[in-house]
Amino acid sequence: MSNKVLNQEPLLRITKRDGMPKLRAWGIRGIAVILSLIVSAAVIFLIVKMNPLKVYATMVSGAFGSSRKSWITVRDTMMLLCVGIALAPAFKMKFWNIGAEGQILVGGVATAACMIYLQSLPTWLLFVVIILASIAAGALWALLPALFKAKYNTNETLFTLMMNYVAIQLTSYFVALWENPYGSNTVGIINKATNRGWFPSIFGKQYLLNVIIVAVLAVGMYIYLKKSKHGYEITVVGDSENTARYAGISVKKVIIRTMLISGAICGISGFLAVSGASHTISASTAGGRGFTAIIVAWLAKFNTITMFVISLLLVFLEKGANAIASMYHLNDYASKMITGIILFFILGSEFFINYKLIVRAKENKEGK
Amino acid sequence: MKKLLALILSLAMILCLVACGKSATGEKTAVNPDLKVGVILVGDENEGYTFAHIDGIKKAAKELGIKDDQIIWKYSIGEDQTCYDAAAELVDSGCKYVFSNSYGHQSYIEQAAKDFPNVTFVAMTGDTAAKSGLNNFCNAFTNVYESRYVSGVVAGMKLAELIKDNKLASNNFDAKKNVKLGYVGAYPYSEVVSGYTAFYLGVKSIVPNVVMDVTYTNSWFNITAEGEAAKSLIAGGCVIIGQHADSTGAPAAIQAINKTGKPCYSVGYNVDMLSVAPDAALTSATNNWAVYYTYALGAAVKGEKIAQNWSKGYAEGAVAITKLGSSCADGTQKKVDEVIKAIKDGTLHVFDTSTWTAGGKTLTSYTKSYGFEGNELIKDGYFHESELRSAPAFDIRIDGITELN
Repeated sequence: MSNKVLNQEPLLRITKRDGMPKLRAWGIRGIAVILSLIVSAAVIFLIVKMNPLKVYATMVSGAFGSSRKSWITVRDTMMLLCVGIALAPAFKMKFWNIGAEGQILVGGVATAACMIYLQSLPTWLLFVVIILASIAAGALWALLPALFKAKYNTNETLFTLMMNYVAIQLTSYFVALWENPYGSNTVGIINKATNRGWFPSIFGKQYLLNVIIVAVLAVGMYIYLKKSKHGYEITVVGDSENTARYAGISVKKVIIRTMLISGAICGISGFLAVSGASHTISASTAGGRGFTAIIVAWLAKFNTITMFVISLLLVFLEKGANAIASMYHLNDYASKMITGIILFFILGSEFFINYKLIVRAKENKEGK
Repeated sequence: MKKLLALILSLAMILCLVACGKSATGEKTAVNPDLKVGVILVGDENEGYTFAHIDGIKKAAKELGIKDDQIIWKYSIGEDQTCYDAAAELVDSGCKYVFSNSYGHQSYIEQAAKDFPNVTFVAMTGDTAAKSGLNNFCNAFTNVYESRYVSGVVAGMKLAELIKDNKLASNNFDAKKNVKLGYVGAYPYSEVVSGYTAFYLGVKSIVPNVVMDVTYTNSWFNITAEGEAAKSLIAGGCVIIGQHADSTGAPAAIQAINKTGKPCYSVGYNVDMLSVAPDAALTSATNNWAVYYTYALGAAVKGEKIAQNWSKGYAEGAVAITKLGSSCADGTQKKVDEVIKAIKDGTLHVFDTSTWTAGGKTLTSYTKSYGFEGNELIKDGYFHESELRSAPAFDIRIDGITELN
């Protein structure tokens, strides 16, 4: 009797799929988004008794309702994408860089320091110095865990995570040092009067330079990962360090080189956040993007072009949520629930793309 | 006859209607339906400080006849670039007046004021408008130091009762037999310094032998840090804990200790703390923002200019203390009424130099207030608070108060 039960196939089995045609995978993702919108609609209707279509329309107008709103959405998308680009090579190498938040912050602190102390430099030179300083700061913050990983095989997840806290404390220290006005514990807008170190408008568009920088980085990273020898080495190291060694790839060198690139681009993100957007520095300058970007990089499977779509979706959801909160006097937790539902479905859809659910056939004869 | 009566009655009704209509429009200026007001809030109605602002604006709007859809609310706006973005979006939506409620918004609001000269921006509780050189950028505050002084009087009455009933332990006194008070402050700058000094002087006006320890949390809203600060102050012997931070962390922690039988009490800020500390809360110092918003929105309705620096206190009803808790000493209400009356008629000045010393000396001159160096602020025997600008300027560290961190 008991034997019979044991021999029986389980009701549900999960097996890994060999691979799914791209079109079908995107189809599943599309269905997930539609399902999530339906579930969110039900939640909106049941909890707040409002017309879900109107709520969705408000979300769209919150993100794209005017040219200023669209530009802000684009600016924030670029910022998130930039961090995603930075994380892509590290994660592809299976180096869990949880430290983007800190790498962005030190890049931002370096930028702010240049803006405050080097105001007298000519504009072009100021920007060169700022870029070099922010890259160096971000790269240094990533280099430390990379060195320890390469030399002593330390756990990079913990190391990079702890580096975040060091960066946050460091930022708080500089905020206290530069606070303006005194006692306010905020730096305020840096160079309010002179706009030194601020991104210039291009064709009258304040945030066009942000777009250009990130677009160049996105295309560059795409080519680097897909077409270059370095990119190939990253893939091999990520799949199997032993294979990499067997193929004569210096794993240590690849780890250190890749993390330097990852940290450097995070540093540039900090530069974008300070010079290109907020013109100030605070412990919230990175704003959790270092973590959100992990979702971006993973969902896009390190394809920087797909990353753009996902960054845009996440930023759109955030702006939409704020718009709902403002328009309908909903607590923003209510609107964040919608964001949560949508993300849940999208992440869940990856499961169905990677795995297959097999239900036990009903007419399964005993003992076959 | 019937017809005549009906005619007279209907005439009377018409007259009455006309008369009523006249009196209604006579009092109020009709609100231009195109008037739009934007409000940028650091939190939402679940957070006491922001709730007080929302409440004040709603009351003012009702009073002035401004409709709901003429006010655009932006909730949970951080003290960063999003504040500027929100301000710019409000301008795009047609707002001619934009208010922000948190101190940290000020820098971004000032930037917006510079970029949109046709819109009036008010950074509530801010302090840089006076020196900004922008005439569309304003600050407003209340003379909350007055209500803090009165809340100190409430605490003093309780302290006097505890001393009389011999309820205090030896660790509640310092080496010189002064009773110890505590204070949980947010940041070490003039707004907080002015507040705790007023509270301390209020207590001292009832119980002369008091000292006070101040702990800063370096945050406006941190339930855990404020609770921990209150606990460590009580562990250090402090009997009554005042606060200038926005959460209920301190009163809740004090209530828990009070429950164990240790005499310790809380004086809160912004909102009535009786819901979280029914036994420990004595009262809270609050602002009545509706007074300012009624003034400012009234100016907006009439198309008049809003004063660049506005700060009013008890005389205009802009500050108050909340309902006295059941633990308050007998006779507290009577004393409170006396003190409020004295503040209103100008016979009592909170920062009267005869009641405090700094560095062992009574000050006769002070010209070093941050941002207003060179301006004499002590005249006629008292410190002239909130006169040069709306935000507090009292940043003198007086004797008897120790900053612990």
